[in-house]
Amino acid sequence: MNVHEEFAEDLALYALGSLERDERLALEKHLEECAGCRRELDLLRGDMSLLALSVDGRVPRAHSRQRLMRAIGRERRTRSTRRWLTVVPWFAAAALAILAFVVWRSNVGLREVVSRLRQHSADQQAQLEKARSVVTTLTSTDAMRVTLVAAKTPPQPQGKAFYVRDLSSLVLIATNLPSLPAGKAYELWLIPTSGAPLPAGVFRPDAHGSATVLNPPLPRGVEAKTFAITVEPEQGSSAPTSQPVMLGSGE
Amino acid sequence: MVSAIRSRDESAMAHLYDRYSPIVYSVALRVLGDTGAAEDILQEIFLQLWRSPELFDSSRGNLAAWLSVIARNRAIDTLRRWRPITDIADVIVSTEKDMSAETDRTRAMERVREVLGDMPGSQRQALELAYFDGMTHSEIARKTGEPLGTVKTRIRAGLLTLRKAFS
Repeated sequence: MNVHEEFAEDLALYALGSLERDERLALEKHLEECAGCRRELDLLRGDMSLLALSVDGRVPRAHSRQRLMRAIGRERRTRSTRRWLTVVPWFAAAALAILAFVVWRSNVGLREVVSRLRQHSADQQAQLEKARSVVTTLTSTDAMRVTLVAAKTPPQPQGKAFYVRDLSSLVLIATNLPSLPAGKAYELWLIPTSGAPLPAGVFRPDAHGSATVLNPPLPRGVEAKTFAITVEPEQGSSAPTSQPVMLGSGE
Repeated sequence: MVSAIRSRDESAMAHLYDRYSPIVYSVALRVLGDTGAAEDILQEIFLQLWRSPELFDSSRGNLAAWLSVIARNRAIDTLRRWRPITDIADVIVSTEKDMSAETDRTRAMERVREVLGDMPGSQRQALELAYFDGMTHSEIARKTGEPLGTVKTRIRAGLLTLRKAFS
């Protein structure tokens, strides 16, 4: 491949970096299209490198070598630190992802617990409201109490006792009780399967003959055989002092 | 040796420095005339080779010639900050001469000096002003008082003479 003669001298100057701007631009444009001149330019650069060999051989001072090796050592340390630093964010991200998953799982678990507790609380509240309503109906002084008996039978004194042994819970609802003279009161007795009768509340009926006893203090777990009502002094007695006016056993 | 540097082998780098630092330093010193500035160029070039050994591959020529051209270009850039000659990545040195061995380099240096010594003074001066002082052909013409065309012809002829001596 031949060199274009009009560019031959400029190529030598170009290899040395000594060609001025306008000529340089013109040559560079030509080089894009001319393989022969590109080849010649490579050769001229090789020739040019030979000029470097004409210099007097000088050896740099020893500290230049030490300076270079120190710089290289620093770069090595910086590179390994950088390499570690590039890994750290990945570890952090992975740890964060695991933590986020654990927190999410824990959160879901807690939500389920809260939900169950809320449901349980709502159920309890509903049961409590129902129980309150029942108790209010049974015990309210405004409640209309009606005892239904066989037709043409005059109203008879009646008492309904509700007793739960394990809770020591006792409710008595009495109707049509005869009124009592001053200084006297009715007293309810729990008569256990064994042992002496236990006092279970002193009461006086209202103007309609109705009365209620709610959870008198009783020892826990007493098996009741019979309930009885006697007339006692209004402060009550620790043991019956008269014959029962009303008596009943469990159904 | 360059492949060992790619593997981050510091001892290979030290060995490469010991072998090629004289040529790099001598060229930079010849251009700049200042030992401190030449040492800075030396440091810069070898550090860059350590950081980016891929900048050099055998297709760019032999390492000694490549380093000497880089050293010359860097030194000229330092001398004339406003007109960078070329990027390190663009430097390709086409020479068949193997200068990896100390004896080859010494022999080549002797031969180059001999060829330059045989040249007419004005031709050698034109080459040296362009190569070591980074002058443009117009600057050389002004300095030597010779026509532009003559300067161009002398520079090309000088390079061809060197080529012929090593072919």
